[in-house]
Amino acid sequence: MGFFTPANEKVAADIASRYPRRRSAMIPLLHLAQEQEGWVTGPAMEQIAELTGTTPVEVLGTGSFYEMFKFHPVGRYLVNVCTNISCQLLGADDLLEHVESSLGVRAGSTTADGLFTVEEVECVAACTEAPCFTVNYRYFHRATADLFDEVVADLRTGESPLARGGAADDGPMPEHGTLARNRQRIPIRSRAGVVPPEDVNDPPAWMPTEAAADG
Amino acid sequence: MAEPTLPDGYIAHAPGFIANDGPKLITGRFAHEDSFTLERFLATGGYQGLRTALGRAPAEVHAEVREATLLGRGGAGFPAGVKWGFCPEGVWPRYLVVNGDESEPGTYKDRLLMERDPHQLIEGILIACYAVGLSQAFLYVRGEMALAQERLATALDEAYAAGYVGAEICGSNFSVDVVLHWGAGAYIVGEETALIESLEGNRGMPRLKPPYFPAAIGLYGQPTIVNNVETLANLGWILANGADAYKGHGSDASPGTRLFAVSGHVRRPGIYEVEHGVTTFRELFYGDNFCRGIRDGHELKTFIPGGGSAPWFFEEHLDLPLEGRVVGEAGSMLGSGAIVVMDETTDTVKACLRIVQFFARESCGKCSPCREGTGWQEQILQRILNGHGRPSDIDLLLDIGDNISPGPYPVAAFAEQGLDAVSFPPRQTTICPLGPSAVAPIVSTIRRFRHEFEARITRRDPITVAVPVEGVAS
Repeated sequence: MGFFTPANEKVAADIASRYPRRRSAMIPLLHLAQEQEGWVTGPAMEQIAELTGTTPVEVLGTGSFYEMFKFHPVGRYLVNVCTNISCQLLGADDLLEHVESSLGVRAGSTTADGLFTVEEVECVAACTEAPCFTVNYRYFHRATADLFDEVVADLRTGESPLARGGAADDGPMPEHGTLARNRQRIPIRSRAGVVPPEDVNDPPAWMPTEAAADG
Repeated sequence: MAEPTLPDGYIAHAPGFIANDGPKLITGRFAHEDSFTLERFLATGGYQGLRTALGRAPAEVHAEVREATLLGRGGAGFPAGVKWGFCPEGVWPRYLVVNGDESEPGTYKDRLLMERDPHQLIEGILIACYAVGLSQAFLYVRGEMALAQERLATALDEAYAAGYVGAEICGSNFSVDVVLHWGAGAYIVGEETALIESLEGNRGMPRLKPPYFPAAIGLYGQPTIVNNVETLANLGWILANGADAYKGHGSDASPGTRLFAVSGHVRRPGIYEVEHGVTTFRELFYGDNFCRGIRDGHELKTFIPGGGSAPWFFEEHLDLPLEGRVVGEAGSMLGSGAIVVMDETTDTVKACLRIVQFFARESCGKCSPCREGTGWQEQILQRILNGHGRPSDIDLLLDIGDNISPGPYPVAAFAEQGLDAVSFPPRQTTICPLGPSAVAPIVSTIRRFRHEFEARITRRDPITVAVPVEGVAS
């Protein structure tokens, strides 16, 4: 037991406390595990099962439905090239081929140095800015082979390539598994409170009761 | 590969959005570089709609939204005010689930709204919760949209600190938490019952219908309203300016404005806010205010009017207005406001395969016709494209489609060619519309470009090479 670091254990408890049923925290906790380790490990699934009141196999069964969860180590940078219709029309196949040949791996695999994992992915909602790719879920719009090479060069030298993306995103490139670089914090004193279905049978305070409405 | 250039009017800090002339109901703040901050939001009329709402009874707010005929922007186009009214009386608590799992091929609007104006969405969430008595809101954002999550997390923190979200909002007795939740990469979760399953911590598979609306039985078995991001983003404006002002924009059947993402082979691809139900496809593709025509030296071949799930349209449909009902009668749908334009260089078999491949990969596997059928269709299209197609393959594709979506496929546009015209949406042997979605590009392309399929098939070279077999006397 005890996969999560003490700091993340607190985060996990905080996340779980926001839902009427703790099983709802399943996906956020899988993300947290992936943020900590880069992928979802066995001990992570065991602890998530405890936290969500499920079994490790239910965690695996649920998590494996979702593309973003990796159950084996992936590269430090996950390169996702969209080849869906809008990107395909503007040269995504050529872009993917360039990505594969320049890194020397096929989509679905990781470079020998463990830096890059390449994936061919479905529409990532940047269709008017096609073709596009993402690195650790950070967007690069109107991509060309040259842009990709520059991004790779930046990453190899430890620079952040985000400003090159044309996606109004900058700052440091997060590690794989990290999504938002900040986390929602609900201050205790301003919480409205979780509303579990079994504890509440009346309309909320601001709704006039039916009796009052009739009267 | 097309040379990417920045088109005129392109605003680098709101990537994709192009500020055309016309009313700006939900993109008005995009002109400001700091449009996502609370400071800018408050300086530009933010949370006025919420304050207006709080000054009235919840039922009045609901009536205002119903009066505005705000049509859902997620795909089905169902009026939000009517949907809200489906919650059964006397069953509490009720929940709100915000559908921010935008993944329909060609769709790019919700990501922009979440990244560029998160407070506008939060205001809409609060108005919906107040009007219908929703006790807790879950904002389900697509997992891949990291920047959107970041901006929403910051915006929610700001809004909590300023007293716009949480306990006793703006000093009233209205209290609701908005919980930011992430998806993890599954298109099917955009279907509202699958979204609820996912939010409950399960595999995102659609639930059996009826009930048709989660307003009856939704999250944790309770009445639940599921609304799309763009739908909710309109609420602040409607409350601040009134339903009558809202109906002053757009057409009678489709009031207000709507975001359309036009991608593909146009000169100026982008997201445009247009008068709903008034602007035509032709204006959108060729107008100076919008896309400014097909890319140089090329002409229109076909276009998808409403995302990967929609049957394709052709030149004869250009003069239709961007109105759900009209487009529906013509045999397709406006869906999620995703328009993909293809010029004559497009290989329709390849484009069709790409979309079918998407549905085959994203099929959740619950219903056999879709799970098996979409995969078969992908394989057949792949072999046609590889030059190994069989003469019977075209009929086989249609036959598999018929098993997923029985009966003549609804492409009214082909009536003049002697084909059956039936209304959209299609009949289906599956729980959700994902399966029939894979049939849409196949039937559209085969009906119009059958010769392209046949050319691929007849071009197949017969095997004429003698194969030497060892040990056999010749």
